[in-house]
Amino acid sequence: MVTLKAPTIDQIWDWLEEVPDPEIPVISVVDLGVIRDVLVDGSSVEVIITPTYTGCPAMSVISFDIEKALAKKGVTELTLKTKIAPPWTTDWLSEKGRARLEEFGIAPPLKSGSPERCPQCKSSSVELVSQFGSTPCKAQWRCRDCFEPFDYFKCI
Amino acid sequence: MLVLGHRTSEWCGVAPALEEDIALANIALDLIGQAKLWLEYAGEVEDAERTANTLAFRRDFYDFRNLLMLELPNEDYARTIIRHFLFDAFQVPWLEALAASSDETISSIGQKTVKEANYHLERSQDTVVALGDGTEESNTRMQKALHDLWPYAGEMFQDDEIDRMMQGESIAPLPSSMKKAWELRVERVFNDAFLILPDSDFSHSGGRQGIRHTEHLGHMLASMQFLQRAYPGASW
Ligand SMILES: [Zn+2]
Repeated sequence: MVTLKAPTIDQIWDWLEEVPDPEIPVISVVDLGVIRDVLVDGSSVEVIITPTYTGCPAMSVISFDIEKALAKKGVTELTLKTKIAPPWTTDWLSEKGRARLEEFGIAPPLKSGSPERCPQCKSSSVELVSQFGSTPCKAQWRCRDCFEPFDYFKCI
Repeated sequence: MLVLGHRTSEWCGVAPALEEDIALANIALDLIGQAKLWLEYAGEVEDAERTANTLAFRRDFYDFRNLLMLELPNEDYARTIIRHFLFDAFQVPWLEALAASSDETISSIGQKTVKEANYHLERSQDTVVALGDGTEESNTRMQKALHDLWPYAGEMFQDDEIDRMMQGESIAPLPSSMKKAWELRVERVFNDAFLILPDSDFSHSGGRQGIRHTEHLGHMLASMQFLQRAYPGASW
């Protein structure tokens, strides 16, 4: 599995595409929009990441997972840089990521601040339970039709 | 922020409802995350090889620079909600102003954290109205909390030498310039919540300059800093 040739930028992006978000493993860290840039200089690679929430405990896991995944592909000189401006926004979630979230039972973020529909039965009759949920990025909602509670990916 | 973050985390597992417990744990995480960004930068500016961790866990209480309101114990849940609201209503415009700072790092931290502060404000404001306009008991307790905390709120708007220096270099506005808009919001929300604003201008001071702290900060630090004091440099 060890690549001897210097990796290309596209290759790095492909490899990062295989690194799942530790808390919502159906989407990758690329889908999540936390990878801001990839720079390659010979055999040294620099990956610029941005945190979702400042206190999100998953960020250190994400950094570790990226290091692990790239090391497996033979990247030995890796620098991870954190950049907080411009700040992460849910607009950076990829279309694929949004679709995967819904399949997984998490309503994707919307500008209006509330989910479009219940991810289970697709009813649009939904209500807020709490602005906060099981992770910093989620709020708790409930469907008035199928009565199932569900997570909503907060829009910021 | 670190102080309030720690105080807020004390509700974890004992808040009055599960949703509240989760909300406060999340807010505490945000605040501690924000504190980390500020302290990291403070360490960098100071250039004395102190990191965010040493600033947080190895400073004694007289070296802390924080609003006295934030170090008071949680006591009643009403006090927690009122405190968050008074603070959030200041933080949002304050961080918005810092986002426009002439200092690049301060500006980027401002841009990042104001989004979280907005979310906190939305919730604390709604909760103030819900509890103020709730039952007789919830209203009474909110009124008492407001009465207890009001003499600490003014400290947010007191300018000192450092503030004036930062204003001179367009790093940050004067805290006093935030007061008018804050008062308007606070009056409107307390009005909606059927809570009466105390009629007093008296304000405690000195926490931000480290001139004084309440007796409560030391107790809080004893628990917050225990691990790094007992096992200096411990990590996992
Ligand atoms: Zn449903």
